[in-house]
Amino acid sequence: MAEVQFRFRNDELVEDAMVTVDAFGQQANASAVRIEPGDEPRDLLPHLERLRLVEVNFPAFTDGRGLSAARILREAGYAGELRAVGDVLVDQLAALRRCGFDAFAPEVPLNEDDARAALARWPAAYQPAADGRAPLWALRHGQGA
Amino acid sequence: MYVYDQFDQAMVDARVAEFRDQVRRRLEGHLSEDQFKPLRLMNGLYLQLHAYMLRVAIPYGTLNSAQMRMLGQIAAKYDRGYGHFTTRQNIQYNWIRLEDAGDILADLASVGMHAIQTSGNCIRNTTSDQWAGAAADEVADPRPYAELIRQWSTFHPEFCALPRKFKMAVIAAEADRAAMRLHDIGIRLVKNAAGELGAQFYVGGGMGRTPMIAPPIRDWVPIDQFITYCEACLRVYNRHGRRDNKYKARIKILVHELGAAEYTRQVEEEFAHLLSQGIEPPAAELARIAAQFTDPPFETGLPDSMDLADPAFARWVRVNVSGHKAPGYAVVTVSLKPAGGIPGDASAAQIELLADLARDHGFDELRVTHTQNVVLPHVRKADLYAIWQRLEATGMGSANIDRIGDIIACPGLDYCSLANARSIPVAQAISARMAAREDEIGELKLKISGCINACGHHHAGHIGILGVDRKGVENYQLLLGGSEGADCSLGTITGPGFDEEGIVGAVETATEVYLARREAGERFLDTYRRIGMAPFKEALYG
Repeated sequence: MAEVQFRFRNDELVEDAMVTVDAFGQQANASAVRIEPGDEPRDLLPHLERLRLVEVNFPAFTDGRGLSAARILREAGYAGELRAVGDVLVDQLAALRRCGFDAFAPEVPLNEDDARAALARWPAAYQPAADGRAPLWALRHGQGA
Repeated sequence: MYVYDQFDQAMVDARVAEFRDQVRRRLEGHLSEDQFKPLRLMNGLYLQLHAYMLRVAIPYGTLNSAQMRMLGQIAAKYDRGYGHFTTRQNIQYNWIRLEDAGDILADLASVGMHAIQTSGNCIRNTTSDQWAGAAADEVADPRPYAELIRQWSTFHPEFCALPRKFKMAVIAAEADRAAMRLHDIGIRLVKNAAGELGAQFYVGGGMGRTPMIAPPIRDWVPIDQFITYCEACLRVYNRHGRRDNKYKARIKILVHELGAAEYTRQVEEEFAHLLSQGIEPPAAELARIAAQFTDPPFETGLPDSMDLADPAFARWVRVNVSGHKAPGYAVVTVSLKPAGGIPGDASAAQIELLADLARDHGFDELRVTHTQNVVLPHVRKADLYAIWQRLEATGMGSANIDRIGDIIACPGLDYCSLANARSIPVAQAISARMAAREDEIGELKLKISGCINACGHHHAGHIGILGVDRKGVENYQLLLGGSEGADCSLGTITGPGFDEEGIVGAVETATEVYLARREAGERFLDTYRRIGMAPFKEALYG
């Protein structure tokens, strides 16, 4: 399993055993789950209180289903670690962060400098997402805080 | 029109820096071509048959003279002296070097332009009615709403890796001048009995190899919720659109396979959830944008009459000039379709002349049409003769809007790596052959695609032509009866295809059937709908 290369959380790294979305509902003591692109993230919503780690797999960076899965979990109030794994590349990092991911374990480790530059690239965002960033319209109308 | 504030400018500047960095990493080998391709596509950079092509966004087809002038300068400096206006109201340059792309994007950013999301599997440039703000029949100017969509969809983090490309159009009149129902999402702004503005949503239209007319999925979305509704439509598509087969990945297939009712149910469920998520821009933002689309300072008391003594001018006025909401003003559509020419092409000098005309006579405003022409939306009727003379002198005086020579054609096998057949020479041959008969034939929309992907809108032509490869030889199928308008319909193939010479004759034959059978006031399309395919087949193959 790939190492966590970037993490934007202060709590301890979660290393709990990972189960599938299908199995998670039945395993009352499971606290970590891995979402594949076709999985239904809303199946996890009844169990949010025992979830500490959600890993979302990107078998190919061109498959954006995991972006929706992440936002859906954040919109439902999930505050634990949301880790992107698989084909995670430098140029997807900013969008992944905006969708609520706060940890990255790319299959192939990323160039540190390129990754830091990509994460710092955007001065603002046009639309609200799951990162709490005030959208441009809020900044324009004095709602940005 | 909309002018960037410092926030918009900072975003575009950041994009230029990002792209330069991506090119550097590609050249240094940190990015493979497979990794780089989606990135360059989302900056409008395609690799065609002979060179890179750069597609520049013209949001909802609106631009000012400084922007148009820059487009001409880019054609002169980085291309072989031409720009090509496209069916998404954009412009593309067919002869670009990869190493110049960053500089071109920087030049564009200096006039508030970019190539963001003009390609790739993301939300593309939103199109609109080219007469917005000038047409008498609109319930509102659709551009502020299209601009809201531009901002919402730009770098949308959830929708940057969709199953396939995604095209949206916004109109605000009963008449449809933007092929709204042939889009992934088509929005028509409407007013209710109380005079409030709302949005009708049509989802799942498109052309390509499986053409579909978008079904209505909601009659009324309150205007202060319509961005949230867009987000719901996209989320359902991003999660459930097919990714196993790129030819079945457009939203039209999802809507078709689920059924419009089930797709709508899922969207409504997502919409109900998203309403609590603070997605919608506030009314103050819409007001800020709308304030930039107020009417130009029209003069009052201008004459509506013109001296039409010059017959060539009178003909151009009859065909290319349309009514305006303000007395004494007119809408001019400049034809980029000279007989025998390349549809939608304009030279650097022509592009700069269009900029001059907008500056001198048109409140600094221009529009690009999805039919690959350019509009001066607000000109005094008193200035029309001077404008026409300058257009005539530069090869842009053709009086053929919506006539058989006003052809939409894709770049075809002359440029495109997907094409099976050439489109441009067929368009050139037809417009040259039929030019003398345009007045006699009247309105006839002819559209040509060089492959099944249908970039030339052949399904929606009154006459459509589809180029295919038949055992290594270019072959052209003929379709009749399509329409992109409010009476949207898809064309039907007449029968076996024709060779390059034969298709030109077949088009002429079809027009002769029409001329022989038409009743008073009928357009080609009306006659076809009344008499059906049989008489045309008889003449073509009998």
